[in-house]
Amino acid sequence: MSTPFAPGTFTPRPGAGAPARMLAAQAATELRLALRNGEQVLLTLVIPVLLLIGLTVVDVVPLPEPRIAAVTPSVLALAVMSTAFTSQAISLGFDRRYGVIRRLAATALPRWLLVAGRLAAVLATVALQMVVLVLLAAVLGWRPPAAGLGWALLLVLLGCAAFAALGLLLGGTLRAEIVLAVANAVWFVLLLAGGIVVPLERLPGPIAAVAALLPSGALAEALRTVLTTGAAPGAGPVLVLVAWTLAGTALAVRTVRLR
Amino acid sequence: MAVRGLVKCYGSVTAVDGLDLTLAPASVLALLGPNGAGKSTTVDICTGFATADAGEIRVLGTDPAGAPDALRARIGVMPQGGGAYPGVRAGEMLRLVASCAEHPLDPAWLIDVLGLGGCARIPYKRLSGGQQQRLALACAIVGRPELVFLDEPTAGLDPQGRRLVWELVDALRRDGVAVLLTTHLMEEAEALADHVVIVDHGKVVAEGSPTALTTGGDQELRFRARPGMDVADLATALPAGYHAAETLAGRYVVQGRIDPAVLSAITGWCAAQGALADDVQVARRSLEDVFLELTGRELRP
Repeated sequence: MSTPFAPGTFTPRPGAGAPARMLAAQAATELRLALRNGEQVLLTLVIPVLLLIGLTVVDVVPLPEPRIAAVTPSVLALAVMSTAFTSQAISLGFDRRYGVIRRLAATALPRWLLVAGRLAAVLATVALQMVVLVLLAAVLGWRPPAAGLGWALLLVLLGCAAFAALGLLLGGTLRAEIVLAVANAVWFVLLLAGGIVVPLERLPGPIAAVAALLPSGALAEALRTVLTTGAAPGAGPVLVLVAWTLAGTALAVRTVRLR
Repeated sequence: MAVRGLVKCYGSVTAVDGLDLTLAPASVLALLGPNGAGKSTTVDICTGFATADAGEIRVLGTDPAGAPDALRARIGVMPQGGGAYPGVRAGEMLRLVASCAEHPLDPAWLIDVLGLGGCARIPYKRLSGGQQQRLALACAIVGRPELVFLDEPTAGLDPQGRRLVWELVDALRRDGVAVLLTTHLMEEAEALADHVVIVDHGKVVAEGSPTALTTGGDQELRFRARPGMDVADLATALPAGYHAAETLAGRYVVQGRIDPAVLSAITGWCAAQGALADDVQVARRSLEDVFLELTGRELRP
């Protein structure tokens, strides 16, 4: 009987791949899948783009003029939350359900690279969002102070860290259906009452106080500060984001099982 | 791989109860057992996906608990049900897994040789069960491992796919890879395994080479005749120690050493009943017979 497998084809040559190659392959796969998934594209790109245009041209939320200057930081914060938290949590929850994590955990891919690959894909998606949204905002007349752009970049990275830690925590601990429900509910609540669409000073007092302590409120408020005035963000929002990052990471390390 | 006294409990249920296994290099060990016998739990523990409650487990000289990176680089695992992103293409998934190995096989070649070339760009969720199964197998071997765990590798495959997997397992052994496979297919175990371990209720109930398990015991004579004949009466017509049964309506089995005198006694008894013993076959016990004998014929949940 002829065999398609010549002698020596499977002679063992085991060994782990180079970490950089594993990271690149993992991140590229995650990114391609995110950009191919219609629901994720809706959440991470279509809705932010529609909100950027809608809130700028339609006066549904009272905002200072020029409206684009107030809307853009809010939408940038929303984009970060949508990708690093909501989309990340949902995809992780379902990847666990579909045995993807178990499949990858059976290879030589270390756990930290598994997480790093996902985070790299999140950062790449956020970078794409920023390019698209900033260019669109510029077309709509947005002219931010140059001094604030560096701060904005740092805040976006800090926001990614805080939301990604929480996304991993949620997606890595609960059942996929519950993750889907909770992640979407949290997204919707934070969008409306978490200081993103409606600035903190326009929210009712108690809600504003709570929203200021949430990563959504802290990120949106800090982005509004740096992108409208060009000044450094206040220590408060930065500390809030750092605290959420540390707390989310610590809890995720203790509770998430990537197998 | 050596496992001694493996115990694993889930609450009050003992899934594995003092199991011993040994797998030599360049050999195939088939783990057989009914549903819930503890096969997959054993594989999970040996691959580091679960921890044992008791026992000593050495896989390539390493304790697999916690699945250390160094061990995972040396083994290949095909979990039951596979596992892949729903939207990933077969080629993408295999390249991703291949990137985790230092000297992987060529993913494009493997995709092609496993008959997945025509669907390399189709999302995983749209592949057939057999295609998903072959992709899972490719993921298990692409890293050129020393030891491969295949949990029901041919479940859901058509005869052609099953034959291809058998050829692949044979080639793995030929090239020096040790293979532990779980299966429900006795024919598969007989065709592939150097050593068979039958487990039930988490314990080894029999083990040995397929030949050793199926010879040395009784033979079987099977024949067809009019349904409903009195097999107790047939047994009295045979020497002591023979067992007769009607397994399905009109299908009879006599177990014991079948010699010309016994054959004559059986056909003569049928003639006395006014029935013709048709389709008479003498065979040694199959592995399936051994399996059913040891684990019973009742359905398992």
